[in-house]
Amino acid sequence: MRSARTSVIWAALAAAVCVPIAAAAASPLLAYRDAIYILAGFAGIVALALVLVQPLLIGGYLPGLSAYRRRRAHLWIGCVLVAAVAIHVAGLWITSPPDMIDALLFSSPTPFSPFGVVAMWAIFAVALLAAFRRKLGLRPRTWRIAHMLLAVVIVAGSVVHSLLIEGTMETMSKLVLCGLVLVAATKVIADTRIWRKRALPRGDSLPWK
Amino acid sequence: MSGGANNYRKGAPIVQRIGKGGFWMSGTVRRAGDGAPLAGQRIQIWAHTVEGREEDERSHGATLTDKNGAFRLEMPQIVPVFGQPHGHLAYDSGEFKTVFLRPVMRSAKDSSLEAHFVLQPA
Repeated sequence: MRSARTSVIWAALAAAVCVPIAAAAASPLLAYRDAIYILAGFAGIVALALVLVQPLLIGGYLPGLSAYRRRRAHLWIGCVLVAAVAIHVAGLWITSPPDMIDALLFSSPTPFSPFGVVAMWAIFAVALLAAFRRKLGLRPRTWRIAHMLLAVVIVAGSVVHSLLIEGTMETMSKLVLCGLVLVAATKVIADTRIWRKRALPRGDSLPWK
Repeated sequence: MSGGANNYRKGAPIVQRIGKGGFWMSGTVRRAGDGAPLAGQRIQIWAHTVEGREEDERSHGATLTDKNGAFRLEMPQIVPVFGQPHGHLAYDSGEFKTVFLRPVMRSAKDSSLEAHFVLQPA
């Protein structure tokens, strides 16, 4: 019974990630794009899918993984997310430099651009904080709150950015993926214990350590 | 307007049609103040289409307004790029202040798009 539940959850996650990517791969718009632009677009879709995986991992909602492995996977997927966003931005820059410069300078006419750029900076900020939090002397509770607040910005920014774009993503699969991202992020925030004022006992800091 | 001049190529030639056509870009050019139609004004048009990218030379062309200040140029079907199905138009001939427009299509399935210029003396 337990293994059946595990299989169903992992299969659902695989579907949530793979269906939007497969649907985008069938987009007729791809015929009018070159390889770099296509790569940039798919890097963005992968990044959105990873924004779903991250709260599921750290919240402990994916069965069969130890707390240690969940944290390691969260960290490594965070690195992949940074790389995906970098490929997204670099690929779009190569495709049309003036459009990307407009977006990065918040002067783009497209309403979705600032949401994506803010989410990008929040992703980079989390990565930098994660890399240097010990050097910076951040207390675990400070780090968790900072990460959580930036995660809210990342999730909100990524979802709005994606929903407002008319691109290769198929509408229904995009809506479902964005909905799942919001639900997963809301659930992990609701479940986390960092909002409690009392200090956590040592070694009992899941899910946000 | 913001982003209107992106991938602009100065001096696009006056053409009967851009590429194989199938999509209509149209609009009007009027004078600021009294709204008088401006005839013989050169309007440059470019977009990401089924035949080429915005920056490609073959995606650019120009046309002149008629005596009513109206223009109409056939071009390939515009397809969404950078998140929106949109076209670019420019007035950049010197007599009036340069204007760049970037109209967005209501639907990517539309086969026409309009843009209207109001020009101020340079």
